[in-house]
Amino acid sequence: MRPILMKGHERPLTFLKYNREGDLLVSCAKDHNPTVWFADYGERLGTYRGHNGAVWCCDVSRDSMLLITASADQSVKLWNVQTGAQLYTFSFNSPARSVDFSVGDKLAVITTDPFMGVTSAINVKSIADDPSHQSGESVLTITGPTGRINRAVWGPLNKTIISAGEDSVIRIWDSETGKLLKESNQEVGHKKQITSLTKSADGSHFLTGSLDKSAKLWDTRTLTLIKTYATERPVNAVAMSPLLDHVVLGGGQDASSVTTTDHRAGKFEAKFYNKVLQEEIGGVKGHFGPINALAFNPDGKSFSSGGEDGYVRLHHFDSDYFSIKI
Amino acid sequence: MYVVDESAKPTKMRWGELDEEDGEALDFLLPPKQVIGPDENGIKKETEYKFNDDGNKVKITTTTRVRKLANARLSKRAVERRNWSKFGDAINEDVGSRLTMVSTEEILLERPRAHGAKAEETKIAGDNLAQLGKGGAVLMVCRTCGKKGDHWTSRCPYKDLAQPPETFIEKPASTETAMAASGATKGAYVPPSMREGAERIGGSDMRRRNDENSVRVTNLSEDTREPDLLELFRTFGSVSRVYVAIDQKTGVSRGFGFVNFVNKEDAERAINKLNGYGYDNLILRVEWATPRSN
Repeated sequence: MRPILMKGHERPLTFLKYNREGDLLVSCAKDHNPTVWFADYGERLGTYRGHNGAVWCCDVSRDSMLLITASADQSVKLWNVQTGAQLYTFSFNSPARSVDFSVGDKLAVITTDPFMGVTSAINVKSIADDPSHQSGESVLTITGPTGRINRAVWGPLNKTIISAGEDSVIRIWDSETGKLLKESNQEVGHKKQITSLTKSADGSHFLTGSLDKSAKLWDTRTLTLIKTYATERPVNAVAMSPLLDHVVLGGGQDASSVTTTDHRAGKFEAKFYNKVLQEEIGGVKGHFGPINALAFNPDGKSFSSGGEDGYVRLHHFDSDYFSIKI
Repeated sequence: MYVVDESAKPTKMRWGELDEEDGEALDFLLPPKQVIGPDENGIKKETEYKFNDDGNKVKITTTTRVRKLANARLSKRAVERRNWSKFGDAINEDVGSRLTMVSTEEILLERPRAHGAKAEETKIAGDNLAQLGKGGAVLMVCRTCGKKGDHWTSRCPYKDLAQPPETFIEKPASTETAMAASGATKGAYVPPSMREGAERIGGSDMRRRNDENSVRVTNLSEDTREPDLLELFRTFGSVSRVYVAIDQKTGVSRGFGFVNFVNKEDAERAINKLNGYGYDNLILRVEWATPRSN
């Protein structure tokens, strides 16, 4: 396949998100402006100007009208996707790390980092239909985990919130009371911080990637470990194909090995694994730096990867991808 | 392609009556534009005729490759979104902005090779352990990390190796890697000149020693090439050069080649092990390149 290279960011990419219909791709990076692209040919549509710090995460509402972004400048902003206008800003006491819209887009879960005496927290905010009536109050605030919470997402039917972070433990919280319902088993769980989390298309299972060079597949309701995928690089980003039983892991490089590896350009690859058999199917090379973000188009026919090199690479699969047999 | 059709006969109009601006009026004299639509390779040819500034009839042939990157089936709302106007930094974007480019390289989903794939390290480790269990069988132990089961660190020189057939499994004895490994504990800094694979400035001494470690391989199959020989011989030690003689006219291998080892001991072991080895349906003959007395 011929990837489309999009260099819209001067700094490393942090997150990639497709809209529900798969025609728009939002990229977040450490330069302060998230960018939206057309997902077919990679043409840039626009940028959202307003943040003052690295943008760590974003989410798009189901009707592709609302964009929410979390930034290191201690704010989470709501934007009009079409015009790029800022609609509302939620302010916090510490950098915001992760955002996720609930099913129905009425609520959003936001995590904030531990910072200067403030512990990390999970906040739930209500999203009003009319941005002018938006209030900044939290519906629910959950504290408890030590260390950064790298990702928090809604569980099935918005009944639960799943969080994962620096302490390598996955927690499931009740979204109404804030009570801790489940924690992942320390023995089978990750050994180092969890960098990324992605849900399956139907929400029944989710995949976490960690710096311990593995990714693990968990059941959403019972938090039992289903599968483990091992790589040789710390995993920075994970994605699951909505169409086939594939998981993709994107990773980086241990800091200790940076000076002793050869610099063959384009060596960093996104690795494809068979979800059920845990075996590697192959890798897609091309990035010049560690891969920090991965996203699958909801139609499963293309995926994009964002790297430390500031490039977003958009890949449309060839027909032989769909007939891969182990 | 811009082709001046010199053979076109000048028109029979009286040039005195021709005005510069009336160039367009003469268009009816030109043959119509032809488009040979995209063929199966996506090549589209357009041929048009016009008059250039000197009044010559010229034929301009434009060859373009139409290439479909992907099928985009857009929902109705997505089609509407396609027509949104640009905002933010993209407002002044002109067509020439090189933000979005198609990669010049074809990137494939590279399947792991059947043997020695990185993902199958655990399997290979398992095999090694099994061979340990077989008792007495010499097996491949990664020196740099020391552990038998979970090995193949990124610095291990044999990491990407093809799984060698059972008869060849020996302890890697390459002195260079031993030096690098013993000199540095796992994780310590190894200067570039001391790393595995580093080129040493040994001068002509080194080179001569190298040529004396040259191994000739004969009875190679037609499509054997340098990478194949490299893969086959590197298990015995560091290989500095491989060469396969190729018939320039037909492109097939002439059936022989040379492999230069860095160490003579590696070359010797390679000869002992691979002479008579069956490779690609032919029995290899492996010997010293120059007649030697040992």
